[in-house]
Amino acid sequence: MLVVTALTIVRMRSILAVVMLSGIYSFLMASIFVVLDAVDVAFTEAAVGAGVTTVLGLVALSLTGDQEKIPRRRPVLALAVVIVTGVVLLYATEDMPPIGDPAAPIHHHVVPRYLAETPEAIGIPNVVTSVLADYRGYDTLGEVAVIFTAGVGVMLLLGRRRRDPAAGEGKDDQ
Amino acid sequence: MTELLILRVVAKFLIPFILLFGLYVQFHGDFGPGGGFQAGVIIAAGCVLYGLVFGLDNLRAAIPPPLVRVLVALGLSIYAGTGVLTVLLGGRFLDYQWLAHDPRHGHHYGIMIVEFGVGTTVAAVMLAIYCSFAGRGEPER
Repeated sequence: MLVVTALTIVRMRSILAVVMLSGIYSFLMASIFVVLDAVDVAFTEAAVGAGVTTVLGLVALSLTGDQEKIPRRRPVLALAVVIVTGVVLLYATEDMPPIGDPAAPIHHHVVPRYLAETPEAIGIPNVVTSVLADYRGYDTLGEVAVIFTAGVGVMLLLGRRRRDPAAGEGKDDQ
Repeated sequence: MTELLILRVVAKFLIPFILLFGLYVQFHGDFGPGGGFQAGVIIAAGCVLYGLVFGLDNLRAAIPPPLVRVLVALGLSIYAGTGVLTVLLGGRFLDYQWLAHDPRHGHHYGIMIVEFGVGTTVAAVMLAIYCSFAGRGEPER
């Protein structure tokens, strides 16, 4: 299903359909995450990938056209790079432990301590939240700072046209 | 504002539940799946739905852009401020056990406050990005 959706996205020339199919792709990813018991991630994928990104894509489309330009040359080099990278990635997955393998390194590093300590030390049942906001609090602070920076950047680039429209547009053109 | 009656009625009916669900995800994130990121996006999605159906001007009237800008910074300040507060109370940066007498409660409070900061920033940033994009095409229309 994912592969079919991805191939259709590549073949499509109408960007409107591509935006909608990307939303479907995100929903499929979310259901895979649910199957893998990663409910928190599935939640985020469904809300961000399928919801907000689709809306932002549609809004961006209303500012541009919805037809992709047909390229004059066939991008052979790009295709080769993509294929080589894909083969390398597939080759690398051979070394990964199978899904659910209890001997996988990820289950033996810090996870046992998090799982054992969270109920007594932090007192909340959702270990994902405790890792996210407590054990890995610095990382999450960094993530929020990234989102903050992205928002400020978009607001500076797109939202600052009110005061002096002519001068602002002129600067953008240079 | 859209002319479609069904869309308007359904949106009006759904938006309070979307926002309520966002708040549930926000403040129930320590017991079930969810947390600040998801809640922020859900709340922003509810507001974006309002903007799509009832128009950008009504959305701006409901949530003024200056308020959104303040919220963007406020969320990050809540998070970082919690870290500074724990330092002032004698611990390390983001070491929540100093927030209450019982370290467990301290951790719990810390997570709640920090997740609230995350949710505020995420919701406000999503809304600000949507408003920036949607407001871009207005003068041409």
